[in-house]
Parts: sequence; structure tokens; C-alpha cells
Amino acid sequence: MEESETMEALEGSFQLKGGDFMDAGAASKEMRTVLANLGVPPETIRRAAVSAFEAEMNVIIHAIAGTLHYAVEGDALKITIIDMGPGIKDIQLAMKEGYSTAPDWAREMGWGSGMGLPNIKNNSDGLKLDSVPGEGTTLEITINLKGK
Amino acid sequence: MTVGEVIDKLKLETKVTGNPERTIKGCYVSDMLSDVLANSTEGNLWITRQTHPNIVAVAAIKGLSGIVITGNKPIDPETLIKAAAEEVPVLSTFLSSFEVAGIFYNLIKKPEVA
Ligand SMILES: Nc1ncnc2c1ncn2[C@@H]1O[C@H](COP(=O)(O)OP(=O)(O)OP(=O)(O)O)[C@@H](O)[C@H]1O
Ligand SMILES: [Mg+2]
Repeated sequence: MEESETMEALEGSFQLKGGDFMDAGAASKEMRTVLANLGVPPETIRRAAVSAFEAEMNVIIHAIAGTLHYAVEGDALKITIIDMGPGIKDIQLAMKEGYSTAPDWAREMGWGSGMGLPNIKNNSDGLKLDSVPGEGTTLEITINLKGK
Repeated sequence: MTVGEVIDKLKLETKVTGNPERTIKGCYVSDMLSDVLANSTEGNLWITRQTHPNIVAVAAIKGLSGIVITGNKPIDPETLIKAAAEEVPVLSTFLSSFEVAGIFYNLIKKPEVA
């Protein structure tokens, strides 16, 4: 049973609900602990945590609901965030620094500077953003755990 | 300069105690959270007027040395609970962000630079 316990510790899933900002950061917090236990350098952990947190916040601010799943696969960390919409019409525009459709409640909280997706790009070693307007968005983030 | 020294020098009110011996490495002033996630660096003291729980996650993720809430802004109770759990110091003051930044700047800059 020990082996399956180890496997369990190297991945995790989190539910995210639109508007539910109170517990945002739970996924990145657990990931930080898991990566620290693996001896991953602090700078790499920070890159992973920034990426995961920005992705969590995007579901909470822009989407209805979604899930975040992370898994350590060899020397890489894969973070997959899938949500149930509304989706992104123009992905190139969404990736542009400064572009934001954040609602007023989020802007009052200091979100909505249009920097989240660029932050994920700058902090990760791989980013794949797919979206079907009206259906949902899938974001796949890869972090090399053995440095950039 | 340590967190404890800044608390003394700026007469900040401690809402959540972290480690007062922790060394502060520079400072970042911003109310936009993705900006702080992008541009603050480990050990920074963060001066802001945001008070909701997400600021604790930002500070913990970036390894910031503390959060200074300016303008006597009331702080969400949930923020203080989360900050205590993450051991992120939360400090409050009636001073504005501009005033805190200015005083802190003079404290950490060498005289010949100014
Ligand atoms: N999961 C998502 N579902 C729908 N739209 C999204 C999603 N993620 C991002 N977007 C769209 O892409 C835009 C840019 O996202 P980005 O994270 O860069 O900025 P932001 O969330 O608006 O502001 P910030 O991240 O600086 O707080 C958003 O304003 C939104 O229009
Ligand atoms: Mg965002």
C-alpha cells in the first residue's frame, strides 16, 4: 500500500467555482508542499505556484466552474485546468498583456490587469490554451522541475 | 532591516505576527495582484490597500516578508486567519501607501545615493 500512497501524494485535484475567491490558492498551496518535499528548488516552486494560482483565479473570475489537476510526471509538473465556460473567443487577444474582461467585483479586488495569462507564459516551460466559446476552456501548463 | 525594525520605525500596528527577525529585501507597492505576482521578488515588503484573503496567497506564493495595509483600511477577518496559518505578517497603518513607501525608501537607501 505504501507505493500507492506515494503515487497519491504526487498528484491532486481541486474543484473551482466561479465567484468563490475565498479559498483560491488551495491547489497552489498543496502543490508547493508536494514540490518542496521532492526537493524542487524554491524558484521553480514559485514559478509553478504563480502559474497554478493565476489559472485558478481565471476560472473563479471568468468561468462558471472547473477543475484543476496537477501531477508530477518524471522531471515535469503538469497542471491541467478545465472549465465549463463561457470559453474564450480570441485566444491571441486573451494572451495579450493588458487585455481583460474582468467584472467590476474582480477589478475592485485588484484583479483584471490582463497579466494573468502572460504571467503563466513567463513562469512556465509550456502553455497550451484551447477553448470552445460557449463550452469551455482547457489550459495545460508544464513546469520542468529540473530548472528552465 | 528586519520586519520587527520596520514595525518599530514606522509605528505599524501588528495584526498578524510572523517572524520579526525575518530580513526584508526591498519593497513592492501595488494594488493589482497579478502585477505583484509578476514583479515582486522574494523577501519584499508589500505595501497595498487590498485587504481580502487572496493577498495572503500572493504573499505566500512569492515569499514576501510581510504585507502593510495602508490608510487604516479595515481588514477582512478571513484574511487575518489565513495570514496566521501561512505565517505572513500583516501590518496596518494610518499612513498612505506613498508615505509608507517614502519613509521605508529613506530607511533602506544609503545616504550617498539620495
Ligand atoms: N478560464 C477562462 N474562461 C473565460 N475567459 C478567460 C479565462 N481565462 C482568461 N480568460 C479571458 O482572457 C482574459 C485575459 O486573462 P488574464 O488572466 O491574462 O487577465 P485577467 O484575468 O483579466 O486579469 P489578471 O489576470 O491580471 O487579474 C480575461 O480577461 C478573460 O477575458
Ligand atoms: Mg487572470
